[in-house]
Amino acid sequence: MTVVMTKIGIAEVRAAKDPAVLVTLGLGSCVGVCLYDSRRKVIGMAHIMLPSSKEIKNNANKAKFADTAIVMLIEEMEAIGADRKSVTAKIAGGAQMFSFKSSNELLRIGERNVEAVRRELSRHRVEIVAEDVGGNYGRTIEFFSRDGSLSIRTIGHGTKVI
Amino acid sequence: MEINYENLNSMQLDVLKELGNIGAGNAVTALSKMLDKKINMEVPQVRILELAEVSEIFGGAEVPVTGIYLRMEGDISGNIMFLLPMESSRVLLDMLMGGYRDGDEFDDMDLSALEEIGNILAGSYTSSLAALTGMNIRVSVPALAIDMAGAVLSVPIIQFGHMGDSVMLIETHFSEGNKHVKGNLLLIPDVESFVNLLEKLGVA
Repeated sequence: MTVVMTKIGIAEVRAAKDPAVLVTLGLGSCVGVCLYDSRRKVIGMAHIMLPSSKEIKNNANKAKFADTAIVMLIEEMEAIGADRKSVTAKIAGGAQMFSFKSSNELLRIGERNVEAVRRELSRHRVEIVAEDVGGNYGRTIEFFSRDGSLSIRTIGHGTKVI
Repeated sequence: MEINYENLNSMQLDVLKELGNIGAGNAVTALSKMLDKKINMEVPQVRILELAEVSEIFGGAEVPVTGIYLRMEGDISGNIMFLLPMESSRVLLDMLMGGYRDGDEFDDMDLSALEEIGNILAGSYTSSLAALTGMNIRVSVPALAIDMAGAVLSVPIIQFGHMGDSVMLIETHFSEGNKHVKGNLLLIPDVESFVNLLEKLGVA
């Protein structure tokens, strides 16, 4: 059986049943949230770009924000058979791509995205079992339904599987 | 006035293109003087893209690029991003600093030379905009990242994500005489200063 690789773009959310691979290319300050129900082999990925929908007027696109995208992803996974009680999380991204001499709130966005994702996951009682966040470099991530492994590629900062 | 990029009329698009033309024209002239080489510039394009599309504009989100990023503040605020493919970054440094580079490893001198190129390009771009519109525009110190295009572009994309689901960018491609150096200069005004910009130019 061929496994279809599905690309998740910025501000997108997707759930899939085994066999599936969800991929995000060139993740920078955004955070890739990868959820896995190991018993039912359902995976899901959200490519989150901002911490909170409440700070922003134009917040119709729920897949953009940590506080709305994670709920959305859990619901999409449940719709194809996952049970939220057995879902665990792996997260990656949240880099600070540029360092400026002045500390600009906008440039700390990676760090703030990671904090918001942690807060949301804990609010939904989803345990983070592995993570690769921060730093100043981009990541390409591939998430496999077969075993819930998350492979992370970088330029100049190695490759790993978490 | 509510800005909907889809509703820009052809006159407004022409004015934005002309801004790109003048700004990038001056920037490219500065680069040409610095390298003492002829640089060709294409007609700037005004593009309105979905957030997710932006990371693909450089041939894919995973393609390694040099990105030099500056913030514009003042009467108009926004981002300036200067993107170079890796091969072009190497050739540009060889032309500017001498020597021959073949890997992706640049030393500190190389990195600060790239930053300085960004500084000069952005400075001449914005000062010609300022002269044209009578606006006061300041430019931040440049910051540099060499990484996947998607990751580099995530920074301006996120800033736009605060305001909407699409990005307006004025894009100018240029290349050195025999095409060894290609680059892309993006001007991405913030939404709130967009109205201001159109008003100043008399096409709001």
